[in-house]
Formats: sequence, structure tokens, C-alpha cells
Amino acid sequence: MTEQPMVRFENVSKRYGALTVLDGLDLEIKRGEKVSVIGPSGSGKTTVLRMLMTLETINDGVIWVEGEPLTHMHRNGKLVPADINHIRKIRAKIGMVFQSFNLFPHMTAMANCIEAPITVLGMKRADAEARAADLLEMVGLGQKKGHYPSQLSGGQQQRVAIARALAMRPKIMLFDEVTSALDPELVGEVLEVIRKLGREHDLTMLMVTHQMGFAKEFSDRVCFFHAGKICEQGPPKELFGAPKNERTQQFLRAVLEAG
Amino acid sequence: MIWDWAFAFEILPVLGRAAIVTIEATLLGFIIAALLGLVLAVVRIAVPWTGWTISVLVELIRSTPLLIQIFFLYFVLPKFGVVLDAFTAGVLAIGIHYAAYCSEVYRAGFDNIHRGQWEAAIALNLSSWTTFKDIIIPQAIPPIVPALGNYLVALFKETPLLSAIAVLELMQTAKIIGSETFRYTEPITLVGLFFLAMSLVSAALIRSLEGVLNRRTMR
Repeated sequence: MTEQPMVRFENVSKRYGALTVLDGLDLEIKRGEKVSVIGPSGSGKTTVLRMLMTLETINDGVIWVEGEPLTHMHRNGKLVPADINHIRKIRAKIGMVFQSFNLFPHMTAMANCIEAPITVLGMKRADAEARAADLLEMVGLGQKKGHYPSQLSGGQQQRVAIARALAMRPKIMLFDEVTSALDPELVGEVLEVIRKLGREHDLTMLMVTHQMGFAKEFSDRVCFFHAGKICEQGPPKELFGAPKNERTQQFLRAVLEAG
Repeated sequence: MIWDWAFAFEILPVLGRAAIVTIEATLLGFIIAALLGLVLAVVRIAVPWTGWTISVLVELIRSTPLLIQIFFLYFVLPKFGVVLDAFTAGVLAIGIHYAAYCSEVYRAGFDNIHRGQWEAAIALNLSSWTTFKDIIIPQAIPPIVPALGNYLVALFKETPLLSAIAVLELMQTAKIIGSETFRYTEPITLVGLFFLAMSLVSAALIRSLEGVLNRRTMR
């Protein structure tokens, strides 16, 4: 028997009124796999992450996490839409880092990182603080524990956000254009932390990115989205080196020209 | 001379006791308004299907005079078996009336919270209770303190309406002194001065509280 995929989108569709954002998406992500999602804006790539984080509801299909339905639950042998308790149980496996950081501005870096471990996982404050300190150290911010987000640079804020998500011990990490809001000189420090995560942790990662170089070097697989569908996917060498689909070629050409 | 200092000093202790009733009514009324208003605003967000009902309720309360609501609680509720003493009925009416206004203030405060804050709370799997308690409310309250403070002062200045159901607050006491002695100038003037002084003091307190809160959130 093959191993359960970590995440499976099964014929998932998302519509806003008449606009179809995602059209019958099928996508499987293996345990520990690093998948990058690229594509033009409006192609539905961010929606994939947002649906998996349950920030968006879905209109059709089922999303599975480690063989358990996320969007649905079993009841009397049937799949029915999940209630909040079921959703919370499954989404505990997922962490997310946002383009706009979304740190809690009224809390220090440390407080940001211990809030959920204490209130959701029921960790003791001392334990949560010890773990948060390790994580902040890991992202290179051991000295900034007591700083508020407004006292940190964008790159530092994003690294706190990564530590905050990791504090919940997720199995899957979602990165939604995490360097898009950063000044160019701060992009590197955030990517370096993600690289380190990839090396040192057995995390499944799904990232939407505009950093083609990073996607190429970091991912096991790249998915090119266009008009709500996966247009082409494959190992980065193939997708970037010899794209088969005409739309992929167009997109990559345009991105390369933009520099 | 129309102003009699001796008379003014004579009635001061009586008015002083009544002032305590006024302040009690104000504080209790405002506590009800602030808490109930917060509950209304939170429920409206946390339980979406209540939105319409709460909107109607809030509009109903804001669009009818407070005096009518006071009369309703004091004179009409007993017909349904709910008998409240004048002070309780009056404080409740004031509290509920201002809760309707306060709930709109809280709502504006919540609307100002960036969507990303809610999304981060979901991504961290926080419960809705924790999300409100630790994330949303601490960010939403400081900017709306001035608006809430204005309602505190407005509520305070409406407490004389309680004299209509014979609560022995300042206005009612002044009226009684007037009708017993046929001297209205001193009691009414003193009551007016008391309201003026208290309003100015509260406004100053709110301003300094605002300053403290701003400093804390600007960190």
C-alpha cells in the first residue's frame, strides 16, 4: 500500500458568484514534499492555500489531510460538511505564513509565539516560552524576543511569523507570497529561514511564490496555475528548463523579462 | 438679591447625597451599556444569523426616546409581572439605551481590525473566544475610548430623566426642595454647576486615559 498523501485536493472548485476561481482541482502532496505554486495573478494559486487553511470555504470537492477529510467529516457512512470542532482538529496540522505577516501588533515577538501554544495546545507558559525562544533563535531573532512588531523590520516580522506558525508544531506549512511585501534587501533573510526549515525539518511545504529562482532551487515540484487549473506541473528542472505548455512558456518568458 | 448663600449652603448636604445617587446611576448605567454593547457587537460577528435581529433591536432602541423606555420598564413591565424599583428600572433603561449606541461604537472598532488579524487567528487555530479576548478586543478598544467616553458624559447628563419616575437623584431632589421652599434658583443652579463640573472632570479623565492607551499601542 502506498503511503497516504499528506494533502489531497479532490475535484475542488471555488466560485465567487459567476467567477470560477478554481475549477475541479486535483492535487496530491506527499509527506515532506516541497511544492511551489506559480502563475499569473488571478490564477487561483493563493486560493489553494487559503482553502487548505480554511480561510475560504469550497463549493465542490473534498480536501483531505493525511487521509482524513478537512472540509467534511464522516457521519453515518456519508461525508457531510465539517463542523467547527472537526475543522479545528484537522487544521491543527497546518500552519500558514502570510504576505502581510499578520503579527499581532499589541504583542511582543515572544507573546506572538506563545499565544496559540498556551491557549490552544494548553502548554504551560514556561514550556511555551522555552520553545518559542528556541524558535526565535532558529530564525535568528533570539535577541528580539521583547520587541513589538512595529519595532522590527519587515524581514524580521516575517521571521517572527514563521516562528509563530512553527510553535504550533504543524506538519504542513503554507507560505503565501511571504516575500512579496518585503524590500528587496530583506527577501534573502526570509528565504534563508525557509531553506533551513526545509533542510532541518520534515515539513510538508506548499508555497505560492514569485521568486522563480527560489522555487527552482528549493522545491521538489512546481505547479503552474492558469485560469483556475493546474496547467503544467513537474520537477523544477523540467518545468523551468523545458516547459511543455505554451502558457507556461509565455508566463516564464514574461517573468524573466521583468527580471 | 435673588441668590441666598445661606440657603445654598443649607441645601448642599441634601444635594450632595442626591449627587451620589446620580453618580451611582451613571456608573451602573454605563457599566451595563459598555458590557451589553460589547456583547451585542461580539454576538453580531460571532453568530452571523443574529445580525439582522440585533440591527433591528439596536435601531428600535436608538429611535425611541429614553424617557419612553424608562417609563416602559417602570410602568409597563409590572403588567407582565416584572416589578422593578424606580432606581433599578431607571438604571436598566439608561444602560440598555446606551448599550445600543455603544454596540455601534464597538462595531466600528471591530471593523477597523485588519482582516489579516482574523486570518492569523484562524491559522493558529485559536478559538473564537480567544480570538476576541486576546486578539481583537485589545486592538479594537483603545481607538474607541474617546467615543465611549463621550457616551459616558452624554449618559451622565441624561440621568435627570430618572426624576420622571421619582428616583431621588439630583434633579428630583432639587425639584422637591423647590416645591417645598418655593426657591428654585439655588437648587437648580447648584445642580447645573455640579453637572458642569463633573462633565469637565470626566472629559479630562477620558483625555488622559486616551493618552495612556495611545502610548501603549504606539509602541
